[in-house]
Amino acid sequence: MALEIIESCTSCWACQPLCPSKAIFEAKPHFLIDPVKCTECAGDFEDPQCATICPIEGAILNEDGVPLNPPGSLTGIPILKLAA
Amino acid sequence: MQLPVINNAVAEAPKGGCSAGSCGSTDDQMNHLPEHIREKVFNHPCYSEEAHHYFARMHVAVAPACNIQCHYCNRKYDCANESRPGVVSELHHPVQAVKKVLAVAATIPQMTVLGIAGPGDPLANPERTFETFRMLSEQAPDIKLCVSTNGLSLPDNVEELAKYNIDHVTITINCVDPNVGSKIYPWIFWKNKRIKGREAAAILIEQQQKGLEMLVAKGILVKVNSVMIPGVNDKHLEEVSKIVKAKGAFLHNVMPLISEAEHGTYYGLTGQRGPTHEELQALQDACEGDMNMMRHCRQCRADAVGLLGEDRGAEFTMDKVEQMEINYPEAMKMRAEVHAAINEELESKRIAKESKVQLVSIQGVQKIAATRPVLIAVATKGNGLINEHFGHAGEFLIYEASSEGARFIGHRKTTPYCEGGDTCGDGESVLDKTLKVLAGCEAVLCSKVGYEPWGQLEAAGIQPNGEHAMEPIEDAVLKVYEEMRVAGKLDAKVTEHQKAA
Repeated sequence: MALEIIESCTSCWACQPLCPSKAIFEAKPHFLIDPVKCTECAGDFEDPQCATICPIEGAILNEDGVPLNPPGSLTGIPILKLAA
Repeated sequence: MQLPVINNAVAEAPKGGCSAGSCGSTDDQMNHLPEHIREKVFNHPCYSEEAHHYFARMHVAVAPACNIQCHYCNRKYDCANESRPGVVSELHHPVQAVKKVLAVAATIPQMTVLGIAGPGDPLANPERTFETFRMLSEQAPDIKLCVSTNGLSLPDNVEELAKYNIDHVTITINCVDPNVGSKIYPWIFWKNKRIKGREAAAILIEQQQKGLEMLVAKGILVKVNSVMIPGVNDKHLEEVSKIVKAKGAFLHNVMPLISEAEHGTYYGLTGQRGPTHEELQALQDACEGDMNMMRHCRQCRADAVGLLGEDRGAEFTMDKVEQMEINYPEAMKMRAEVHAAINEELESKRIAKESKVQLVSIQGVQKIAATRPVLIAVATKGNGLINEHFGHAGEFLIYEASSEGARFIGHRKTTPYCEGGDTCGDGESVLDKTLKVLAGCEAVLCSKVGYEPWGQLEAAGIQPNGEHAMEPIEDAVLKVYEEMRVAGKLDAKVTEHQKAA
């Protein structure tokens, strides 16, 4: 059970200090989650903290590879406009 | 809102103000301030139109994280071609940031102010922000520190802010009504949850207002920034201005929304427009009755370095800074000398101006019947003079001349019509842009203007004028206004206006 940060991450540091398991670390070209340490915040918080503060839609995936913040869910920008 | 030369009351203004030279209306903003606030801001380039020609500021990008989303912000960082808040090229750890600040302060002794403005929210990164402030207050006590914030975490951080040299805080307050806020802020991060909609806006507003009150109670100066978003909060900002003034903010800075589609923001991609120059000015005027308004904000990048309107950030990239050997105690002595010389120059300008004011008051002011106000654009490189070619101007300062005097009301950016080469390839379309930028102005004063733009300016109803090259701006603006009065140009339109009304 672990989340994953992918290449659309802008390395903004918002998630790193929030992780209760200290699973998030700075790396190049973007931050990464240590899958061994990540608990998806189970037992600590109702919502996984990294995905709760992340401003970039699609940058954090669950273990099935599904984005926790799908396109349009955070900015409200219509998907058609995002594609354009 | 009167030009000092015809306003006797200004002769009694507290010391530390500005001369009639420079960009003009510092008196407008600074006269109303109590002496202890003027003392704090007279050498702050962002708060005084005069000081920004003499003193420089820098921002360090140590605070990348943010705890809210605004519809005018896209969280991308690396674009050196853009100058706007939230954009930076290089992110710094606090130790690097301090090294950079010391390098800049030693190289540009005019640098008096260090701000942390992002690119996220400085108080959403409290460890990084306060680590930077702590080291700077120890190593460089001659630098003023300031911070800007969206206010969400402000109440939790006021105690910590008060510990350092921080006497200026800017809070961005775009609304005091959650219904308005829900159209500006899609979400906030609050108590380990992402909160959306009206509830999010209500929490943010409450925190901002609480933070403002706490800072004022601590004696920390608070400036309020507001982004003017037509159709969303434009009418509402007058109320915001009244409320923040009542709570003790000392300055209100209403800035135009920047929303180009290529920035990829919600507003940019959904076609939300920014205000026109006229709309912005009208709102600033409407708020001014209640509040000191800031007119010369250049909406700097979160890593800007140098005087306002210039960016020397490229000279201080981290790889260059690492090569520099800085002896700050030595630099501090040199800086003190430079600051003393600047203060002396400002003081002599102030005295020269006061004697001019006294001369006018002895001679008496010629009473002229009230005539309609006129907007006049000015091309200048600084020093309060008309000293820039029309075609080289990257921005125009806009003055309003009236029978009351001349007052600075803002600046408008453009692309220089002619970059100075032999051929100005796209000259025509660039000129069209400049003509649009000058909309509403009836004259443009510059040191020189070419034949081709001359004709088009005239055709657009904007009288080009190169006769006042190297003259002080306000004197020239009033001379041109007087010429217009004598020529009967000021009566004509009043009649038209009256007919229309």
